[in-house]
Amino acid sequence: MNDKNKIIAGLIIFGVIITFPLWYNMGKASPVPEPELTTTAKAAKQCVRETEYMTAEHMQLLDVWRDSVVRYGKRIYVNSSGKEFDMSLSNTCLDCHSNKAEFCDRCHTYASVDPYCWDCHIDNPKEKE
Amino acid sequence: MNVNYIFSLIVVVVLFLLAYVGVEAAGLQVFFGVIIPYLALVIFIVGFFYRVMGWARSTVPFRIPTTCGQQESLPWIKQNKIDNPSTLLHVLVRMALEVLLFRSLFRNSRMELKNSRLSYKLEIWLWLFSLAFHYSFLVVLVRHLRFFLEPVPFIIKQIEVVDGFFRIEFVSEVLTVGLPGIYISGLVLLAAVTFLFLRRIFIPQVRYISLAADYFPLFLIMGIAITGIMMRYFTKVDVVGVKELTLGLATFHPTIPEGVGGLFYVHLFFVSTLFAYFPFSKLMHLGGVFLSPTRNLANNNRAVRHINPWNYPVPVHTYEEYEDEFREKMVGVGLPVEKE
Repeated sequence: MNDKNKIIAGLIIFGVIITFPLWYNMGKASPVPEPELTTTAKAAKQCVRETEYMTAEHMQLLDVWRDSVVRYGKRIYVNSSGKEFDMSLSNTCLDCHSNKAEFCDRCHTYASVDPYCWDCHIDNPKEKE
Repeated sequence: MNVNYIFSLIVVVVLFLLAYVGVEAAGLQVFFGVIIPYLALVIFIVGFFYRVMGWARSTVPFRIPTTCGQQESLPWIKQNKIDNPSTLLHVLVRMALEVLLFRSLFRNSRMELKNSRLSYKLEIWLWLFSLAFHYSFLVVLVRHLRFFLEPVPFIIKQIEVVDGFFRIEFVSEVLTVGLPGIYISGLVLLAAVTFLFLRRIFIPQVRYISLAADYFPLFLIMGIAITGIMMRYFTKVDVVGVKELTLGLATFHPTIPEGVGGLFYVHLFFVSTLFAYFPFSKLMHLGGVFLSPTRNLANNNRAVRHINPWNYPVPVHTYEEYEDEFREKMVGVGLPVEKE
């Protein structure tokens, strides 16, 4: 027997599946997101720590903060240059970065990351919907 | 020490150094980030199609299914429909069980002498770990589509949510593990591929038949898993930059972003190597499992007439023609004839 037609049909289906990313994105412009800094954030020049560290490790830092506050009651964070910060997502981070949609969400959405910070911490009340 | 796995290990280490040094020292980002991935994809697709068409060209003259159950027979004899399929539907069930659940591997048994008596034992670990290996690899592969699709489809996000179901977190001053959230598939993949490797090392019979071509994909996949886990949980990588590169590849507008480290290019190079190596290796069982004639054919040799596809017309002289030719002579000598 000779099932060449069936095999070719199967190969075509396979080819369509593996090239899915190539034709799914066709004709869609997807610019790289740029997180937007508020004027307060720009004026502060530096975050809690240097920018490279914050970009890569901010989730780690927030996790350490959460443990420190919730489990040990320690609320003061001292960075390498001796500056003190209140360990608080809502009051410290979101005070400068009050624009969650333009600052946090842009990269998170682009990279398909869904942090569970926002399960409890609602958007900064200062931000107008 | 075994020359086969040492050789494979050295090859993988050399590949690692090639990509790492090439990017970190020689600045070959375009080569390892754009040219190699495209080349690998082309080799994969062309090679895969070529191999499968090679199998398609070799005609199977007769149905040769391996069976391990009662064939379709008289109505009062119960047929084993899955192990001895006689219709397309039975074959589909049999193939689905094989492709999705590795049924023939599950039926694997181990023979051993116990108190000088021969006994057969269920050998479940290979089946279990290869099932874990293949499915976690599939989840890892599908999950990575988030780097190649924009916007990321809902279904991909849901797979990530399920994959990140276990929220394992360890927080300390020196080491924090668990953020970003742990994907269980990556760890299962590494554990399973390690099992598949150790099995080849520690079971003497399996070690004896293992070649460099058996170890190489295992080391390569180990390398892919380890570099991936390193990037996600330990050394960190600029995910937005990575997506800029991968999405650039998917949309044919390749760009090389700043600040993506050598480890990412190693990961990409390993994956490209795996794709390029695929059509030339045992990994082709991805296509082969669908095309094995001992499993994908119905056992209906007795019920249906199968004509050999390369039969050519043969001139024959039937008995009717013979009788027509010699009837008078046959009647003359008193031989019986069918038509008077």
